[in-house]
Amino acid sequence: MLSVEHLPVLIVVISLLSAFTIFIAGWLNKRFCWFISFATILVQLVMAVFILHHVLTVGTIHYWLGGWSPPWGIEYVVDALNAYVLVILLFLALICVTYSKRSIAHELPYKIVPFYTVYQLLVTGLCGVTVTGDIFNMYVFIEIFSLSAYALIASRGKIALKASFTYLVLGSIGACFFLLGIGFLYSVTGTLNMHDLSLLLPPLYGNKIVLTAFGFFTVGLSIKMALFPLHTWLPDAHSFAPSEISAMLSGIIIEVSTYAFIRVCFSVYTLNFIKLLPIFDILCWIAALGIIIGSVLAIAQYNLKRMLAYSSVSQMGYIMLAVGLSTSTHHALWGGLNPALMHILNHALMKGCLFLVAGAFIYKADLWNITDFTGLGRKMPYTCAAFVLAAISMIGVPPTVGFVSKLYIILASLEAGKFIFVAVMLLSSLLNLVYFWRVIEMLYMRREEGEEHSSSSKNEIPLSMLIPVLTLASLCIIVGVLWLTEIPIPILDQVNALFGLGRYATP
Amino acid sequence: MEWLLEEILAKYNYWISITIMLIGFYAMIAKDNLIKKLVGLSIFQTAIFLFFISLADIGPIPRGTAPIVSEAMMHKGYVYVNPLPHVLILTAIVVSVATLAVALALVIRMYEEYGTIEETEIIEEERELGV
Amino acid sequence: MIEESIRPLLAILCPAIGSILIVLFRKRPNIRESWTMLAGIAQFLIIFSMVPLIIEGAIIKCTFFTAFPGVDFGFSVDAFGLIFAITSTFLWILVSSYSIGYMRSLKEHAQTRYYFCFAWAIFGAVGVALSGNLLTMFVFYEILTVSTYPLVAHDQTPEALFAGRKYLAYLLTAGVFFLAAVVFTYHFAGTTDFVTGGIPNLASEASRTALMALFALFLLGFMKAAWMPFHSWLPTAMVAPTPVSALLHAVAVVKAGVFGIVRVVCYIYGVDLMHELGLGLALACLATFTIIVANLFALAQDNLKRRLAYSTINQLSLIIFGVALLSPEGIEGAMMHIPFHGFMKITLFMCAGAIMVASGKKNISEMAGIGKKMPVTMITFSIGALGMCALPPTAGFVTHHLFVGGCEEAGGTMSFFPYILLIAAILDVMYFFPIIYTAFFEKSEGSSGSKSKIKEAPLFMLVPIAITATVSVIFFFYPDLFHISELVETAVSSLGGVHP
Repeated sequence: MLSVEHLPVLIVVISLLSAFTIFIAGWLNKRFCWFISFATILVQLVMAVFILHHVLTVGTIHYWLGGWSPPWGIEYVVDALNAYVLVILLFLALICVTYSKRSIAHELPYKIVPFYTVYQLLVTGLCGVTVTGDIFNMYVFIEIFSLSAYALIASRGKIALKASFTYLVLGSIGACFFLLGIGFLYSVTGTLNMHDLSLLLPPLYGNKIVLTAFGFFTVGLSIKMALFPLHTWLPDAHSFAPSEISAMLSGIIIEVSTYAFIRVCFSVYTLNFIKLLPIFDILCWIAALGIIIGSVLAIAQYNLKRMLAYSSVSQMGYIMLAVGLSTSTHHALWGGLNPALMHILNHALMKGCLFLVAGAFIYKADLWNITDFTGLGRKMPYTCAAFVLAAISMIGVPPTVGFVSKLYIILASLEAGKFIFVAVMLLSSLLNLVYFWRVIEMLYMRREEGEEHSSSSKNEIPLSMLIPVLTLASLCIIVGVLWLTEIPIPILDQVNALFGLGRYATP
Repeated sequence: MEWLLEEILAKYNYWISITIMLIGFYAMIAKDNLIKKLVGLSIFQTAIFLFFISLADIGPIPRGTAPIVSEAMMHKGYVYVNPLPHVLILTAIVVSVATLAVALALVIRMYEEYGTIEETEIIEEERELGV
Repeated sequence: MIEESIRPLLAILCPAIGSILIVLFRKRPNIRESWTMLAGIAQFLIIFSMVPLIIEGAIIKCTFFTAFPGVDFGFSVDAFGLIFAITSTFLWILVSSYSIGYMRSLKEHAQTRYYFCFAWAIFGAVGVALSGNLLTMFVFYEILTVSTYPLVAHDQTPEALFAGRKYLAYLLTAGVFFLAAVVFTYHFAGTTDFVTGGIPNLASEASRTALMALFALFLLGFMKAAWMPFHSWLPTAMVAPTPVSALLHAVAVVKAGVFGIVRVVCYIYGVDLMHELGLGLALACLATFTIIVANLFALAQDNLKRRLAYSTINQLSLIIFGVALLSPEGIEGAMMHIPFHGFMKITLFMCAGAIMVASGKKNISEMAGIGKKMPVTMITFSIGALGMCALPPTAGFVTHHLFVGGCEEAGGTMSFFPYILLIAAILDVMYFFPIIYTAFFEKSEGSSGSKSKIKEAPLFMLVPIAITATVSVIFFFYPDLFHISELVETAVSSLGGVHP
C-alpha cells in the first residue's frame, strides 16, 4: 500500500519521468504525447487531492529525500497552503492539456513532441516549487518552470521570440535576486531548510544582511509574479504565447510565484519579522497602484489577449493587496490570508477561461483584435457564453467568484481601517466593466456590416476544447456560490492557523 | 576614511560580488546587442556564484582544504571548507547554463527571423509589420 | 411569527427553469412562448399562495446558507416584499402575452435571447423583492442589471448600443455604490438583515456623519430609481422594444430601485432614525425636485415613449416622496403606489407599443386622429393617463389621497408639500391631455390614403392592455384586489411609530 507520505515526491518524480517518456514516445508516434501528458497530470491531480485530504485530516506531511534528516537533506513539506495551491495548479494544468490536444495540433503541428515534453517540465517545476520545504530547492524549481515557460512562450516563433527573450532576461534577474537572497541567509545561518531558517532567524531580525535578503526575495519574486511596476515583461509574453500557455501563465504561474512569496514571508521569515517593518503597508499601496494602472492599460488595448494580460497585472494587484492586508485582519472569514488564497483560485478559474476562449477565437478564425469579433456570439454560442460568464465574473457581478473575492478584500480592508482600498477595489471593478463589456458588446450586439441573416451558421470549436472552457466558466459560478456558503473556508483557515494569522493572531 | 576601508575589507566578498553584479546588470540594460545582453546576464549570475563560493571558506585566515575527511588530516589541525555552497553552485551553474542555452537558441531564431540581433532594429521591424 | 418554507425558492426557480426551457425550444416559437407563459403563471400562483400567511403577520423564511456571521443568504418574505413580487409576476404574465403579439408583428430578431433575458430579469426582480437582507438583495439587483442589458440593446443599432452602454454604465456604477453601502452597513451594524423599524444598533455604532454619508451611498446605489440628476439612463433606454420598456422600465428595474430605497428607509435605518437625522426632509426635497423637473422635461418630449419615461421618473420620485414623509399614511401611499403605478404605467407603455405596431408611429405629433382608428387602445391609454394625473376613477387618485394625508400627518415643513404635488398634477395634465386630445379630436393630415391601413393591434396585445387598464380602475373602487391594501396595512402596522 502506497502511503500518502510518499505522494509529494512522487508528484514531482512522476512528472519528470513522464517528460522524458513523452520525448521518447514521441519518436515512435506523435499521438502518444498527449495521452501520456494527460494521464500523468490526471494521476498527479488525484494524488494532489489525496494529499489535500490527508493534510486536512491528519496534518502536515514531511518527506525526507533519500532519508537525510532535515537541516542537511532536502525536505518536502506539504501543509494546507501547498496542498491547496497544488490542487489548483494541477487542475488548471489538466484543463489546459485537455484543451491543447486539438489546438496544438492546429497551431504547432510540427512541434507536438517538444511542446508536451516542455509542458510536462513546466508542470514538474510548478509542482516542485509548491511541495518543497527547502529554499534552494525552491530556487531550482523556479528556474525549471521559468525555463519551460520561456521555451513555450517562444514556440510560436516570430514576435513571440522577442517576448520570450525579454521575459527570460527579466526572469533570470528575478531568479538571481532570489538566489542572492538565499546566499545572504545562508551566510548568517548556515542552513537552507525553511523550517530551520525560521527557527534560526528570529534573533537576527535586526541584522542588515537578513533585511537585505528579504529585499532581494521581494524584488526577485515581484518580477516573477509581475507585480506592478515590474510587470513589463508580462503583456508581451502572455499575449504571444499559445493560448493554453497564456492560460497557464496568467492563471497559475504568476500565482505560484505569489505562493513562493507567501512562503518566504511567513515560513522563512515569520509574522514577527513582517511586523517589524512597514513592508506590507507599502506592498498594499503598490498593489493598489497596480490594480488601477493595470486596468487603465487594459482599456487601451485592442488585442484581446494583450488586454487580458494587462488585466492579469491588475488581478495580481488584488492578490498582493490581500496579502498585504493579511497581517492586520483578524476575522475568521476574511482575516489573514483568506482573501489572497481565495483569489488565487478565483483568478485561475476566470483568467484560465478567458485565455482559453481567446485561444478559441484564434483557433477558429485567427481573430486577435477585439474589433474583429462582430457577430461571433451567433457563430460560437457556447464559447461566447463562457466568455461572458468569466467576464462578468471579472467585473464582479454576483454570485460569481470575482464578486466573492472583491467582497472579501473589501471587508478585509474595512477591518484594517484602510478605506482607500475599498475605493480602489470598487473603482477597479468599474474599469473592468469598461474593458470587458466592450468585448461582450462586440460579440453579441454589433451587427455585421453587409450580411444580415446569412451568418447564423454555427462554427463551434471541437468538443475537446469546448469542455475545458465550459468547465471553467461554470466553475466561475459554482465556486463563487461555494465560497459564499463558506464550505471551503476550513482549508484556508488551516493556513492561517499555520502562520498565526487571521483569528489565530496573538494580539 | 578608515572606517570605510574597514567596512569594505570586513565584507570584501560582498563588495566584490555586488560590483561584478552591477557590471553585468549595466550590460544587460545598456547594450543593444542581444548577445551582449546575455554576456551581461552571465556576468551577473557568475557574481552570485562567486559570492556563494566565498561563503564556503571565509575567515581572518582562509586556509581550508578540500573536504576530504581523514583521521590524519584532522590530527594535523587542517580545516576543510564547507562543501555545501560548492554543491549548490554546481546546481546553479547547471541552471545558468540551461538558461543561457535557451536564450542563445532564442537569439539564433530571432536572427533567422529578423536578420539582426540588435534589439532596436528588431523592435522597428516589428513595428513595420504592424504589431 | 416565522415560517420556514421553500416557496420563495420555488417562486424564484420558475423563471430560471423557464429560461432553460426557452433556450431548449428555441426552434419552435409556439412552445417556447408557452413556456414563458407557464413559468409566469406558476410563479404568480406560488407567490400568491403566500399571501394568507403573510397577512396573518407571519414572515416566510427560506435560508440557504450563512455567507458571513450575521448575514444569511436567503429569502425572507414580508408583506412589503410580497407586494412588489405580486406586481412583477402578474405583470410578467400579461407582458409575455403582449410580447408575443409585439415581437411577431414586428418580426423582431433574436427572440429567444429576448425571452431568455426577460425571464432572468424577472428572476432578478422577484429575488430583490423576496430577499431578506441587503447582500442577497445586492446579488439579485446586479443580476437584474446584467440580464436587462441585452433587452435594452436589443435593436443592436448604434443608438441602441449607446443606450445599452449608458444603461450599464449608470446601473453598474450604482451597483458599486450599493455594494459599498452594504459593506459599510455590515461594518457598522454587524448585520444587513431587514428589520422592521430599522437595525437597532446602527445608530449606536456609527456617527451621525457616517450615517448620512452611508445614506448618500445607498441613494447613489439605487440609481435604478432614476432620481435626478441621475436619471438620464432611463429615457435613453427607451430605444428598447416596448414590452421591455413596459415591464422593465415601468415595473421591474425602476421599481427595484424605489423598492430598495423604501427598504433602506423603513427596514435598515428605521423611521425613527431617519427622523432624528433629518434625512426625511432631505429625501423629500430631492423627490419633489425630481417630480417637478421631470414633469417639465416631459412637456418638451414629442416621442411618446420618452414622454412616458419622464412621467415614470416623476412617479418614481412620488413613491420616494411618500416614504420620505416618514408618516404611516405616507409610507402606505408609497407602498401602494408601487403596484398601482405599475399597472397604470404599463398600460400606457403597452398602448404606445400597440400604436407603434399598428401604425408605426412613435411621435405624438403624428398621432392625430388615431383614437378613431384604435379606439380600444386610446381609451385604455386615457385611463392610464387619468391615473398619472391622479384623477378618479383610477388607482392614482387613491395613492395621491394618501400622500396628501401623509403630509398632514407629518406636519411641520411637510405640510407645505401638497402644493407641490398639486403643481405636479397640473403639469401631468398638461402633458397627458394633449395626447388624448390629439388622438381623438384632431384630424389627421392626408387621412384618406392611410385610413384603411391602420387598425387595432393583434389580440395578444389588446387583451393585456385591457386587463391592466381595468385593474387600474378596479383599484380605485376596491384597493384590496390581490390583497394589496391588506398587505400594505400589514407592512405599515408592523413599522410602528407615528410621528407628529
